[in-house]
Amino acid sequence: MNWQAHLPALLLAVPLLGAFAAPVFNLGGKTLRNVWFITVSTCVFLVAFALWRDVSVNGILVYVMGGEDFALSLPSGMKLPVRIILEIDAMSAFMALAGSITSMAGAWFSVSYMDRFSGMSRFVSLYFLLTLGMLGMMVTGDLFNFFVFLEIASVASYGLVAFWRDKPQAIEASFKYMVMSQIAAMLVLIAVGFLYGRYNLLNMGALGSVMQMGLVEKVSLALLFSALALKCGSFPMYLWIPDAYAEAPASVSCLLVTVSQASLYGLFRVAFSIYGVSLTNSVVAWAIIILGLISMLVAVSMAVVQHEVKRLMAYHAISQTGYMMLGVGIGLLVLGNPEALAEYGFTALKGGVFHIFNHAMYKGLLFLTAGTLFYMTGSRDLNKMGGLIRRSPGTAFMFVIAAAAIAGLPPMNGYTSKLLIYQSSFAVHPFITVVALVTSVLTLASFVKVFQTAFLGPEHKALVNARKVPSTMMVGMGILTVAILLLTFLPGSALSNLVEPAAKALVDQAGYIGAIMGGAF
Amino acid sequence: MTVGNLPFLVVGILFLIGLLAVLREKNMIKIAIGITIIESAVNMLLIVLGYRLGGDVPVHFLKGEVDAMVLPTPQALTLTAIVIALATSALMLSVIMLLYKHYGTLNVDEIRRLRG
Amino acid sequence: MKPLSVVVRTGCDMFAWFMVVFGTYVIIHGDVTPGGGFQGGAVVATFAALLLVAYGGEKVLSWISLDVYNTFLTAGLLLFLLFGFAGMGTSFLYNFLAVPEAVVHAGGGPAVIPPSGTIALMDIAVGLEVAGGLTLIILYMFKGSRLEINSETGGETGHDSW
Repeated sequence: MNWQAHLPALLLAVPLLGAFAAPVFNLGGKTLRNVWFITVSTCVFLVAFALWRDVSVNGILVYVMGGEDFALSLPSGMKLPVRIILEIDAMSAFMALAGSITSMAGAWFSVSYMDRFSGMSRFVSLYFLLTLGMLGMMVTGDLFNFFVFLEIASVASYGLVAFWRDKPQAIEASFKYMVMSQIAAMLVLIAVGFLYGRYNLLNMGALGSVMQMGLVEKVSLALLFSALALKCGSFPMYLWIPDAYAEAPASVSCLLVTVSQASLYGLFRVAFSIYGVSLTNSVVAWAIIILGLISMLVAVSMAVVQHEVKRLMAYHAISQTGYMMLGVGIGLLVLGNPEALAEYGFTALKGGVFHIFNHAMYKGLLFLTAGTLFYMTGSRDLNKMGGLIRRSPGTAFMFVIAAAAIAGLPPMNGYTSKLLIYQSSFAVHPFITVVALVTSVLTLASFVKVFQTAFLGPEHKALVNARKVPSTMMVGMGILTVAILLLTFLPGSALSNLVEPAAKALVDQAGYIGAIMGGAF
Repeated sequence: MTVGNLPFLVVGILFLIGLLAVLREKNMIKIAIGITIIESAVNMLLIVLGYRLGGDVPVHFLKGEVDAMVLPTPQALTLTAIVIALATSALMLSVIMLLYKHYGTLNVDEIRRLRG
Repeated sequence: MKPLSVVVRTGCDMFAWFMVVFGTYVIIHGDVTPGGGFQGGAVVATFAALLLVAYGGEKVLSWISLDVYNTFLTAGLLLFLLFGFAGMGTSFLYNFLAVPEAVVHAGGGPAVIPPSGTIALMDIAVGLEVAGGLTLIILYMFKGSRLEINSETGGETGHDSW
């Protein structure tokens, strides 16, 4: 049997098997469960990597779940696709690659980080369900299936954020997150219902081919936009992120970053591939740009004054999401204008898309180092730490790499993507570039503060019996560090092989629709 | 033929009642009930979208050839949405129970420890 | 929770096992009549809820072992995935047991394996899993409501295993 052809389904089936079989492996003891955890995470990464290679060679992959021929979306005599179809273009494969790398790093990290807590078989199942939900959001080609995977990821994350139930703050964070996120999911379902009632179609490609802007479509776009912006943490609705990211265990925070990016990807997929050319008004694009600017500035100013490490990093996650929205918003703004698109729009798209990958890598690494600090000292408060560079120089080195990347210091990968965004936003309006640069400076300031407080300086009195960092935690952080260093030292090939096909696929609505409708459109 | 506007009006009113409950209530259980009401409203929207006046059960095996059948896809969508709503309300109620165990109160204003 | 009066207990005795039978009926005939995996599983789970209300928690927790329901949960999920992988030669979740309608009518009506194929079998797996899962939710929520409010534990401790 040809495994290569079934890769899209395997991307979803392997985490599902991992989640469902985890209680069985737990019966065999702790080591067996940890081995299962790490094996399945690595398998998911390998499948995602093979899928990315396949897509860059063969173009858009289409997989029909449960159909007679897995690549035939329109069976004989049918004019519209009838089954749930996974459609993987270069952008989906790009995001699935980022997601699987963070999932694998988090899995390696949690093997010894969560060692002394009970209920670990449920943790492993929930972790795989969160990975499944995230990957499903990225590869599906069907609107209602997107909603189902969004809910799978959300419900798994409610449980994981509240995992440390001895701490009332974690449970409070989970409750607030739950209320806001459920309302967002209901808004998505209303929008899907409206679009279904209007066109009797749920498939994204098929919807894109028959979409005509009217009142119902505008209402659905507004609902989808606000709900997905809430899920990814842009300006007015970001209040759940500091609580949820700070109170979750570190490996879960590392994965939650990519889950939020998956909602951002959903927003882009709706705006570019379903609505696409029907978006004649530039209101949506300007809304994305302005919300991105405000999130950047507000979040980074709140981050500078934090003294709890993970809350600070969560605020920075919000501000970096602002960068992505800015880049892709500029691309959406000039979508109908071919010369502006070629001049600065495509650069902005490349910057925004590359920033998604970079952000997943360095933000995940920052959360894992914060987890290491918590493991060593037993506290998340910066006022209680100091001089940890002597205890664990490896952690300090990786923190420096991640902090340099997020602040946009050359030659790190953060600098490359930010430079692309600065260049293109200057062509739209110089004020945008000024705001982006100020944000970058404030980011650097807050990370210099964290590094100096936590790692340098005299050792705090209470840290005499700090724990040693186990090797699997270092492996987990090392995976992300290797990814960051690869992107740093090979920027040209990363841009042309990784980012450019993804940005091209995002702009190419006709290709997306044509892969499903088979040219009959 | 489709139905008139009355079911959609009911959906809108239910949604607004649920939203008001979530935004203004102070008791956590009432917030959870508000979310359940919102979910019921959205499920009702999905079912109403599929109804055709005078339609029959959409099982060709049983009914053979009929004039009008109700659309079966929204029924499948609603089933999935109901299962998700059940899982979320079970989780929400368990979280509320744990919060009561820690703080001894069900008032949202008094459990706020995470600020800034 | 204390057991309720004789009237309630007798009513529960009459209906409790009937719920399980009715729930199984709803699960198995899910492909033709209204119902199916989730609905039938929810009806089976009300068995535990009815017992909890009528007999009180202490007695019920001494009768029921949670491992049975954990086994239902895991077995149902793994059976569902097994059916998904079994048709992998064509595609994931392929309905390899389906019988076209003309063949069913020619052969004189539905046989032991229903004409909807793997849909009915996956329904049974889902029903098994939902019954186990919802019963576990009810029993764990009952156990959680019963614990006293203990003191704040400050820093990170391990968890008490349930």
